[in-house]
Amino acid sequence: MLKMESACKSYNHRGRTVHALREASVNIPEGDFVAVVGPSGSGKSTMLLVLGGMLSPSAGQVFLDGQPLYDLGPDQRAKVRRESIGFVFQTFNLVPYLTAMENIQVPLFLAGVDETAQKERAAVLLERVGLGDRLDHKPSELSVGQQQRVALARVLANDPAIILADEPTGNLDPDTSNDIIEFLIQMNAEGRTIVMVTHDPRAAQRAKRTLRLIEGGLNA
Amino acid sequence: MQIRTLVWREIFERKNQLATSLLAILLGITAIVSMKNITFYSEKAVARELDALGANVLVLPKSASVQDYYRADMQDDEFPEEYVSRLAMSDIQGLDNLSPKLAVPIELEGKNFTLTGILPKQEFQAKAAWKGAGIFARPQGCGVVVDLPGAPEATAKETLIRNRVIETLESDEVLIGADVAASLGARQGSTLRALGEEFSVTAVLPETGTVDDSRIFAHLHTVQRLAGKGAVINAIEIVGCCDEISKGLVQKVNKLLPEARVVTITQVVDTQVKTNQMMGRLSMIFLVIIVLVGGASIANYMYANVFERRREIGTLMALGAGSSLILKMFLLKALLVGLAGGVGGCLAGTVLAVTLGPKLARIPVLPMPMLIFWATGISVAIALAASYFPARRAARLDPCATLQEL
Ligand SMILES: Nc1ncnc2c1ncn2[C@@H]1O[C@H](COP(=O)(O)OP(=O)(O)OP(=O)(O)O)[C@@H](O)[C@H]1O
Ligand SMILES: [Mg+2]
Repeated sequence: MLKMESACKSYNHRGRTVHALREASVNIPEGDFVAVVGPSGSGKSTMLLVLGGMLSPSAGQVFLDGQPLYDLGPDQRAKVRRESIGFVFQTFNLVPYLTAMENIQVPLFLAGVDETAQKERAAVLLERVGLGDRLDHKPSELSVGQQQRVALARVLANDPAIILADEPTGNLDPDTSNDIIEFLIQMNAEGRTIVMVTHDPRAAQRAKRTLRLIEGGLNA
Repeated sequence: MQIRTLVWREIFERKNQLATSLLAILLGITAIVSMKNITFYSEKAVARELDALGANVLVLPKSASVQDYYRADMQDDEFPEEYVSRLAMSDIQGLDNLSPKLAVPIELEGKNFTLTGILPKQEFQAKAAWKGAGIFARPQGCGVVVDLPGAPEATAKETLIRNRVIETLESDEVLIGADVAASLGARQGSTLRALGEEFSVTAVLPETGTVDDSRIFAHLHTVQRLAGKGAVINAIEIVGCCDEISKGLVQKVNKLLPEARVVTITQVVDTQVKTNQMMGRLSMIFLVIIVLVGGASIANYMYANVFERRREIGTLMALGAGSSLILKMFLLKALLVGLAGGVGGCLAGTVLAVTLGPKLARIPVLPMPMLIFWATGISVAIALAASYFPARRAARLDPCATLQEL
């Protein structure tokens, strides 16, 4: 379903070239749950952005259902993200001035869903992550664990086939982390393909398989 | 959720930072709208004065400063009424009508009005000596706007407004301006107490839009007696014939009354025309300043706003927002800022003009609804132009760079 072929990514940093990805290739079949581990700075986040169509690789290509992502223009890639890919971030990236409900409405709005349907769906999703009574809370009025659950509800809004999570439990206590992993397992059980970057070995264990990234290179 | 929800919420989340740029544009628009408004009415007043008064000449005390024809008699200084006789007895040609005046500020029911003493024509005719001078025997109307045909003869007293001369007025009669009538609830036939004396209102003058509206006209000698001032006046209005004025009427009057100041209405109007021209130029300068200061302030704010919201923009892009949506978000925000600045500035400017206009330019100023289109047009154009480059930068942000500081 999602295939990366010898992707390279280098950054120019103050005249020096930093190689974040070196010829990394991976094939992720539909319904897979992959944990990506590796030392800090090894290129995990970079890989996730490249997989998600957010960051053009310096060389190589990413295929989504056989379609080369980086042959598309930026706006077409945005459309692909809107329809098929969901991101979960370590710091949740909720829009600070919108309520929990409105944060979930954003991807629905971007997909052109009308307002009543947006609200209905947002309420259902918040209910699902156990925040049915926090609809009108802004991110700053939610606990950290609750914020990540809002982010999970948001990722589900457009029913994406692929979920890319960058250290989704990195900022959470063990119990809350566990809840989040449970949600991801549930989503995987629903047939979604999941790629999760993590530093937490226990979280990595719950995935179907683990990829190790070292200095921008992958070895399964 | 719609794009405007996103924009609206963000504005209120960070309203303090926005306030400064909004204030810059709002104050600018306020200034320029009030100037435009005052200038417009000032020009209108000039046009009306020239139109209504033709070739009037004013005799004033030496110390007089003249900004406005309608207030010309509101001077601190006085001069003897005897000047009128001197003029009447002289052999100067082209004096059509003489109208001496004495203005006394009074308060009625807590409101300020001007009690103006005028001399009706009958007084001139009563003085045998003046009759001989025959001022009114000469052909009349050379300096005055002729009455509109069909104007009702019954309201002859109201011709004071157009001719600035009245045929008869008894010592216990008054004519009142439209404002006076409105605020005192007085009508023709009602009585009015001023300075301890009863007067009967013989006519309510039609509205003129000048200070005449808040005047109470009474017989000159009554006003002199009540004010305890003796036989003095503040001004003599002379309706002169145009061709005589061009032949040096003013110089002749000046020679006859060396202790007085003699000006023509065109001189009075001239200062106002100059003020108007200056206001016009000033508002152009202001426009440039607003475009520069308001625009710079908004551009600066927008760049900072884009920088501050990199992460949020990245998140929206990760969620599938295209660059055109990001561009729209920022331009919509600019549009709202422009609209708020334009509408707010126009309202504030209008209030300023209506309250300050009469004090500064000594003319009545009315709101000009059309200015709102003009003001919002300028304001929106500035805001959009200033925000275009920041907005484009936001739309071109690399979506990943905005997520890097995770
Ligand atoms: N915008 C950038 N400019 C220059 N270098 C960058 C940039 N972003 C990342 N890098 C470098 O690329 C390498 C990979 O970064 P990346 O963020 O992918 O690592 P990571 O594996 O996610 O690390 P961590 O586990 O700490 O999140 C790092 O050495 C980093 O310094
Ligand atoms: Mg990372």
